[in-house]
Amino acid sequence: MRKVMTGHKAVAEAMRQIEPDVVAVYPITPQSEIAEYYAEYVHDGIVHTELVPVESEHSALSACVGAAAAGARVMTATSSQGLALLVEVLYIAAGMRLPIVMALANRALSAPINIHCDHSDAYLARDAGAFQIFCESAQEAYDYTLIAQRIAEHAKVRLPGIVNLDGFALTHTSQVVEPLEDAVAKKFVGPFQPLYPLLDVDNPVTWGPFAMPDYYFELKRAQEAAMEEVPGVFLEVQKEYARLSGRPYAGFLEEYRLADADRALVVLGSTAGTAKVAVDALRERGEKVGLLKVWLFRPFPYAAVAQALGHLKYVAVLDRAISFGAMGALYSDVAAALYRHKDRPVLTNYIYGLGGRDITAEQLESVLLELSKVRPDEALRYIGLRE
Amino acid sequence: MKEIRWHGRGGQGAKTVSQVLAQINLREGKFVQAFPEFGPERSGAPIRAYNRISDDEILVHSAVYTPDVVVVVDESLLRSENPTEGLRPDGILIVNTPCSPEEIRKQTGFRGKIIAVDADRIAREAGTGFANIPMLGAVAAALGTEWGIVEEEVRRAMGERMSRDMLEKNVAALRAAYEEAKGVGSVR
Repeated sequence: MRKVMTGHKAVAEAMRQIEPDVVAVYPITPQSEIAEYYAEYVHDGIVHTELVPVESEHSALSACVGAAAAGARVMTATSSQGLALLVEVLYIAAGMRLPIVMALANRALSAPINIHCDHSDAYLARDAGAFQIFCESAQEAYDYTLIAQRIAEHAKVRLPGIVNLDGFALTHTSQVVEPLEDAVAKKFVGPFQPLYPLLDVDNPVTWGPFAMPDYYFELKRAQEAAMEEVPGVFLEVQKEYARLSGRPYAGFLEEYRLADADRALVVLGSTAGTAKVAVDALRERGEKVGLLKVWLFRPFPYAAVAQALGHLKYVAVLDRAISFGAMGALYSDVAAALYRHKDRPVLTNYIYGLGGRDITAEQLESVLLELSKVRPDEALRYIGLRE
Repeated sequence: MKEIRWHGRGGQGAKTVSQVLAQINLREGKFVQAFPEFGPERSGAPIRAYNRISDDEILVHSAVYTPDVVVVVDESLLRSENPTEGLRPDGILIVNTPCSPEEIRKQTGFRGKIIAVDADRIAREAGTGFANIPMLGAVAAALGTEWGIVEEEVRRAMGERMSRDMLEKNVAALRAAYEEAKGVGSVR
């Protein structure tokens, strides 16, 4: 049944259906309403989850790590500075191969203080070892929370996962979402299979050991091997979900009017929706333009991106964060993906939307129209910036 | 697609009724968005809220710049907030005011359709004290929404927030404003 809900509520609904054993959260700004909704479910007895309110985001993820190692199914949610504080523990969760799924309401990082959307927080966590999915709508935030849970807990993966949803544009905007029936969602997620739980006292194990130069490297290589399993598992779980829900999810990327295009945008998150409006408007005027939306950001689907973009003449890669002193993170990934491609398109990097600066369809149309005239160089370009 | 911008003051419930409107539009089979202007929320400070209503899935995630309907829940904002900015010339301006549409036209310079609803008086007479519900009634009428759906969704949304007596008073205020605005014509 179609309902109206915010992105926050949509994620909380998915969490209610997953019903983890433990949710640890630090319930203060910059948190998200996800924690508030979930606390309500716990209070009302709708879910039987141990809700652990802690004294910081660092402690929230630490509590999640402990609970997950003990053998519990664990989830949390965070945003912005909170993510920044917990990143230290995210590396630990990944290194310990703990399948903790976390919603990340994407918001800017201080200073200056700002509560609005950009992707600085997601980029900060980029190399931590969690897989990352970006969502275009509240519907996708709901769907991919369920999907992420399955990927994280898959025996080949056992890694933390982040489901990114744009602050305000998705988190605070009421929109139409069609959740699965509870029973269907619960069956899809399935029961949790703990691996080597600490609470299994008859079979004692060591978690988080010391590893010196003689072993650290091999353990990190093993962690990367787990990450290499994510794409295959992603496709398998996504396919099952698509069949179950009827949603048109297929692949790491959504290609929008791309097959016969000569120019295209590459974006993450809710801007993909606005970009579709821009592409449609230009198509009406006979312009051969398209869009590539990236669902799976980590691990980055290099081959699929090269396959999707290789035939184009011009590509604008849009980053919603500055990686100070470097090209945008998404741009660098796309450039690396296309490096081996013979007739690769001319790439341009645009920075946009920092700290909640609005991005309109008209601005995206302008980018697509100017692309063929932009001189290819390594300079960042900015959309909607006063200079 | 229709776009609506609400002007109110923190605590008047403009955001709340914009959310209820989204539920009403969903019941009509529409796709919707409803979002407040994102900033510090302070009681009495000017706030804006937005709705998008469409027969098709709404993909755009940018702000609303050229609304089809502007709703002014607090008349004092006519002077301080320039609420007709970007309002489409063929759109509708709905104002909570004891003044006539002609007086509002003179004050704002807006040439399109103006609906003047004395929502403060309606709320006072109904015994609710909140103008947001009658303003929602006026907006729903201007959008051509069937009364039955409006009433049901308001009852559903507000029923948990107030006593039964207060709910009935609010529904009466909703209805009074709906009827008053219905005659003026719709944007559909």
